[in-house]
Amino acid sequence: MTEPEKWQIGGHHRKLGAMERMRGIARYTDDLSLPRMLHAKILRSPHAHARILAIDPTKAMQMPGVIAVITGSDMPTPYGVIPWTPDENVLAIEKALYVGDGVACVAAETEDQAVAALAGIEVEYEVLQAYFDPEEALAAEETINPYARKGNLSKEVELAFGDVDKGLEDAALVIEGDYEFHGTTHGAIEPHCALAKVDPDGLLTVWSATQVPHYLHRELAKVLEIPARQIRVIQPPVGGAFGGKSEPFDLEFCVAKLSQITGRPVKLLYTREEVFYAHRGRHPMKMHYRHGFDAKGKLVAVDAKTLLDGGAYSSFGLVTTYYSGQLLCAPYELGSYRFHSRRAYTNKPACGPKRGHGSVQPRFAMEVQLDKAAIALDLDPIELRRQNAMGSDSLTVNELRVGSNGFLDCLAAVELASGWKERRAKLGFGHGLGVAGSTYISGTNYAIYPNEMPQAAVQITLDRSGRARIFSGASDIGQGSDTMLAVIAGEELGLPTEDIRVLSADTDLCPVDLGAYSSRITLMVGNACLDAARKLRKKVTASVAKRWECSAKQVSLVARQAIDMNDPARRVDLVEAFHWAEADHGLLGEVGSYDTPKDRHGSYRGGAIGASPAYSFTAHVAEVKVDDETGEVEVVKIWCAHDCGKAISRGLVEGQIEGSCYMGAAEVVLESHGVNAEMGGLHHGPSFLDYRMPTTLDTAEIEALIVEAPDARGPHGAKEAGEGPLHSTIPAIVNAIYDAVGVRVDDLPVTPAKLVRAIEAQRALMGDA
Amino acid sequence: MNDTDKTRADEPAPAVSLLRFRLNGADVSVAVEDHRTLLEVLRYGLDLTGTKQGCDEGECGACTVLLDDKPVLSCCTLAAQVEGRDVRTVEALAEREAAALLDAFDRHDAAQCGFCTPGVLMSAEALLMDTRRAVTMPEAAQALSGNLCRCTGYTKILHAVVDASERLAEEDAEHGAAS
Repeated sequence: MTEPEKWQIGGHHRKLGAMERMRGIARYTDDLSLPRMLHAKILRSPHAHARILAIDPTKAMQMPGVIAVITGSDMPTPYGVIPWTPDENVLAIEKALYVGDGVACVAAETEDQAVAALAGIEVEYEVLQAYFDPEEALAAEETINPYARKGNLSKEVELAFGDVDKGLEDAALVIEGDYEFHGTTHGAIEPHCALAKVDPDGLLTVWSATQVPHYLHRELAKVLEIPARQIRVIQPPVGGAFGGKSEPFDLEFCVAKLSQITGRPVKLLYTREEVFYAHRGRHPMKMHYRHGFDAKGKLVAVDAKTLLDGGAYSSFGLVTTYYSGQLLCAPYELGSYRFHSRRAYTNKPACGPKRGHGSVQPRFAMEVQLDKAAIALDLDPIELRRQNAMGSDSLTVNELRVGSNGFLDCLAAVELASGWKERRAKLGFGHGLGVAGSTYISGTNYAIYPNEMPQAAVQITLDRSGRARIFSGASDIGQGSDTMLAVIAGEELGLPTEDIRVLSADTDLCPVDLGAYSSRITLMVGNACLDAARKLRKKVTASVAKRWECSAKQVSLVARQAIDMNDPARRVDLVEAFHWAEADHGLLGEVGSYDTPKDRHGSYRGGAIGASPAYSFTAHVAEVKVDDETGEVEVVKIWCAHDCGKAISRGLVEGQIEGSCYMGAAEVVLESHGVNAEMGGLHHGPSFLDYRMPTTLDTAEIEALIVEAPDARGPHGAKEAGEGPLHSTIPAIVNAIYDAVGVRVDDLPVTPAKLVRAIEAQRALMGDA
Repeated sequence: MNDTDKTRADEPAPAVSLLRFRLNGADVSVAVEDHRTLLEVLRYGLDLTGTKQGCDEGECGACTVLLDDKPVLSCCTLAAQVEGRDVRTVEALAEREAAALLDAFDRHDAAQCGFCTPGVLMSAEALLMDTRRAVTMPEAAQALSGNLCRCTGYTKILHAVVDASERLAEEDAEHGAAS
């Protein structure tokens, strides 16, 4: 008797719901419409920092079609996605903190009428000094955010592991550098949108393009001051998120409140400009790094100082500040490590999590530092990384327990695929290859709000037609989590994915899941799904075994059949097997849960932040061509090898790798999100024309290489694939630019102007020499 | 009211015209305010929500439809401009091209969130109907350069378009050889 090969896991699968999405049948939030629905619009502050002296909606209320106007005092309870930093109001009460901060919201019969009515809301402001630079904000006496507890210092973390000063003192080589990561934003093509209705019995339903229905549910209850049982949150198909929809936004509270007030459904759709101001994107960071190496290139000490520009609100900033240091302790053994990170409030759109939360920026600095060391030591940059790599089942310097680790295989894969050894030395001036490596978490071991309940749960039912239904709180934001669940359940239950319906992200129908962030879904919800599916499988195989008078262990469920593995000619259709099981056990339903291990981190304060059940690993090689006269960089090709533990569905994993490489490359050479201080805090260009997202013609060829080092804590060994593959894209390209033209630009983005200046400075230096 | 009270309450109601055009193979006539875009009429007037609004300012391509078989941005096309003309949306993809494209997109995992995909499919369909042969990756990239996708990095989309064009070309070759 031999266990059959996995018949679903690791294959290619057609994505659940893809046809409906592609053909325009799936209804995203703005595609929904309800009878008597009103449209809402938010009046936003034109000032970056201003005291609100008075708001008078009288004129607006008299305008055609206007039904209601609300202001901050209608919902005064502060909230925030991180329970320790509730520093936002739905609409500004005392002060507006950035250009774009919501001040009032109007509901009208049509969207045009709502837009027109904004001009009828009179707001009297006292304009205050605005702070756009984090260092100036930290030095200021005036506190930007009224809920801030330590002035404009939003969060400070300082942690040290080992004797860094001695390490640097004894080091044969110290590389010291300043790095600057600009801001970037998510750019999901679907703008944020929310729709609410209130039933006559008071049940509030909110449909929202969110990636965290559960947190939205909790915060709605808190801010609206009604019990959570009176609220239903439904996440329709979401048109991309990337972290940009991972906390509650003003529009969700506004439509809910206006629906309560008017008794009518209310919808609000952000304009593209509003999406850019809502932001919550990647923090700008200024980083100072010192790396100490011994004479052979082994790391002995790393010292990091980081300043994060947080914008007007905390968002996830407490976590971001920790992540900027905590997530850097793999894939290399650092010897000793110290980081000091500070996050400042500024009068700008709030920053938050964007794909690769908190660690993309310092990873850029770390990997450029390693490149500089390799050159100083005359070592191949891949060899330097190999020498410093940590193994599987190891402990990082900050006491995180790493399980499986495929980093060396990732390095080998990109080295081979890119022709690194043969090609690198032969490429002429202006043409280069660069390498970088990284790691990321597969979810975090501790939930955002402290609790002892499972992190993920799934319910599965089987029916008499031979079908399974999976009820899951997980948010499929395009990454394919519904398909992942169907593959895992199908593997156990003998069902192809087309026989499985996944009902997800509806707080009335589905068990709680914390949401699509921190790359947690495959590992956590996948494990919960596996748990439920295995329990059901047991029931089905027991009923088949009973009728065949054999051991349940020899019954296999594959491809809509139950098969006797000792006598493969004996088989029965799964529909009949399900009937047998329902006759024996009653209605076929099981729940599964997953909770994270709590013993995989150090006991120091903050040690749990960054602790994950399993870590993914990534290596990139990038190939660039640089025009030394114009400074233009063409990213020709990106090879990315990513250790995802086990690819549950290969096409989905490749898609995550490719999308990550694309997004990371854009952050090096094209995209920049920020405001203009001279223009009083107006956004640089809140449109897709000015925020330069790559088109087909700007995107490099990308080769996704899947590496599998299965982790005991992942379902079938699986780890994350959605965020890790972005990280080292950025330093690989920056290192390739150096390889091409021999100069470095350490403040991103690498614009043609900066690069030309660097090349000219280098030439002048060489001319002088 | 004084001069600063420039609210729309004082403005005349927008002019409404009867707009007649061919939509997805059928004649339609619909009363439309003159300032409405084709996107507004499709999405909010006729409930054809397959055509998406990503930016409403002609930059993302999610609202791409075919006007007389040429891809246009419906958010930048005044509804009045389509009077008497032929409009096709994702709800009525061309049978042959769509079958090949949808199958290829599905096999290649070319849609992630799917929000840009209806627009991408319209541009791809226009390319395939225009060329009627196997296209190259650069040709596909050129034809789709007006459609932003934030999920895929375009790799799988371009492979799917080339794959679909090759399958159609094979079918054409077989058909030609048989006739």
